[in-house]
Amino acid sequence: MKSLFKLFSIIIIIITSNSYSFAAEKVEYLKTDWSFKGLFGKFDRASLQRGYQVYTEVCASCHSMKYLSYRNLAEPGGPEFSEVQAKAIAASFEVTDGPNSDGEMFTRPGKLSDKFVMPYDNVKAAQAANGGAYPPDMSVLVKARGGGVDYIYSLLQGYEEAPSNVSLDDGVYYNKYMYGNKIRMAAPLSDGLVEYGDGTNATVEQMSKDVTTFLMWSAEPHLEARHQMGFKAIVYLIILTVLVYFSMKRIWSRVESEV
Amino acid sequence: MSDHDYRPKSRAGQWFNDRLPLLTLANHLTDYPTPKNLNYWWTFGGILTFCLITQIVTGLTLAMHYIAHADMAFESVEHIMRDVNYGWLIRYIHANGASMFFLAVYIHIFRSLFYGSYKSPREIIWILGIIIYLLMMAAAFMGYVLPWGQMSFWGATVITNLFSAIPLVGEGIVTWLWGGYSVDNPTLTRFFTLHYLIPFLILGLVVLHIWALHVPGNNNPVGIDIKKPSKDTVPFHPYIVIKDGFALLMFMIVFAFFVFYAPNILGHADNYIEANPMVTPAHIVPEWYLLPFYAILRSVPDKLLGVVAMLSAILILAVLPWLDTSKIRSAVFRPLYKQFYWILVVDVLILGYVGAMPAEGLYLLIARVATAYYFLHFLVILPVLGFKEKTLPVPLSITEPVLGGSPNLAAARNKESKIE
Repeated sequence: MKSLFKLFSIIIIIITSNSYSFAAEKVEYLKTDWSFKGLFGKFDRASLQRGYQVYTEVCASCHSMKYLSYRNLAEPGGPEFSEVQAKAIAASFEVTDGPNSDGEMFTRPGKLSDKFVMPYDNVKAAQAANGGAYPPDMSVLVKARGGGVDYIYSLLQGYEEAPSNVSLDDGVYYNKYMYGNKIRMAAPLSDGLVEYGDGTNATVEQMSKDVTTFLMWSAEPHLEARHQMGFKAIVYLIILTVLVYFSMKRIWSRVESEV
Repeated sequence: MSDHDYRPKSRAGQWFNDRLPLLTLANHLTDYPTPKNLNYWWTFGGILTFCLITQIVTGLTLAMHYIAHADMAFESVEHIMRDVNYGWLIRYIHANGASMFFLAVYIHIFRSLFYGSYKSPREIIWILGIIIYLLMMAAAFMGYVLPWGQMSFWGATVITNLFSAIPLVGEGIVTWLWGGYSVDNPTLTRFFTLHYLIPFLILGLVVLHIWALHVPGNNNPVGIDIKKPSKDTVPFHPYIVIKDGFALLMFMIVFAFFVFYAPNILGHADNYIEANPMVTPAHIVPEWYLLPFYAILRSVPDKLLGVVAMLSAILILAVLPWLDTSKIRSAVFRPLYKQFYWILVVDVLILGYVGAMPAEGLYLLIARVATAYYFLHFLVILPVLGFKEKTLPVPLSITEPVLGGSPNLAAARNKESKIE
């Protein structure tokens, strides 16, 4: 019995320490208190809404989010804009549709069922507009980076003057959290860049936190449902395990053998 | 196998059973005499059956929504994660289920190594198990390719390229495997087909594995032959069923923790980047359960010999019943073997660790030493140990040490409980 517990804990430690070892060789990331971590972690609704504002006003001019639809903005567990708000957001974008009965493509205001409008028509166009670098799609960006949210959060605040021994080409910037320290994206945030509707002070730190929270949700839109179900599932399993343990003891008491 | 004379009570049951003896089979399975001293290491067989069924059920569901096409695979996985009802749950169970499956199979294999379960008369069970393990690795590898992320693509490229090490026909075989001149859509569709097929092959082999087990019956921690049925055995139902059930629930708690609270911790972040043949990831690493073999592969400087070493590391297990010359099964009564056993466990863990690290400098040196030791263990230490080792006296039956019948048995029992 004891050995089984020991074994499981040892294995979990080995596995988790092993997968963290990749991140460990890099610099220490900035930390902040993410509301979505932990057993009951939930998104901060207001932060998600502000994060969407940062994304759409700042990031969206270069970074696509091709797996998200406008309807997602009104779904439970997300920014939870009202349906009216989400419809208005969708309608503020021009969507290419068609062909119509004349065989022509046309534009119309966006609908809830539309995917987020892409900033560029294709990868080549995106590269051409960004000096050859492709701004990655942001839908699952948080999960596609070893450091996850902490990495994105730090990167957004990691722009510095390059040390004197580092020479930078044109259009390349120094960021202390970027792999190799060289990044093709200019510092995207500056204090007061957006004006939050709820009066929150739009510091770089605040905007980084909000937009990273938004990116976490876009990568894991069912995170809240997962945490809620996980807690119930594990409590259920623990209760069942205890019951089965006592039944087992009872059944095995019929034979002269320990269990 | 004492139930040939079983006869159902009802007339209808008799009529059916005379034509298809399913009821006899069910009776055999419930009455199956099992050693009563099995410890919790023996519960992993049942856990593995659960893992296989879980993978098949979740896999079938995923296959209903997944699109095996190089342009759509990644997107279809995101579709499952976002828009399919509970798709995130099914996919996370399937992805983490693979890791849980391997966790359980490694415990199962190392239990067998400790208690000598592979020895006569259980060689066929063991070899069937090794074939299952090989098929599991193939299924897991191909499954990891299906989401068509960066690690999928580059992992597939690295592993299929291993075949190019075969002299003369190597390059041709690789082109044939790919269905083209690089990993691309034809590779993905065939991997999907095979990934779908292999679990059912495994299922068939599991039936044979259990069938072969039911001929001699279970080995046990004392490692002696026992009379069946006797005072040393209990019927499979309810005794082993409830015990396996209890252990399975404990296992499921760990499983649930990963699925609900750390679903991506065992995967690689790069696999959330869509496959791009033009960009090679900084480190190409396989899933954790293949790392020891990856370390062996990379520790040999020559490509062909590296592949041979990696394959030998697995296939050597198939001849283990003949490499281990000791007549005593359980390590409980083999003081020297027990120490070498634990050194092997540490050696494999070290191989796993260096497999995840870049193959250079100190890591490469450690990998080489650990690889050499791995083969030394099976090819030299085990055969020699059987002749040289002074084993402890083995009890005559399971009940004997419990009742304290012989002076040496107290010591033996003491050792046994330490392992538990």
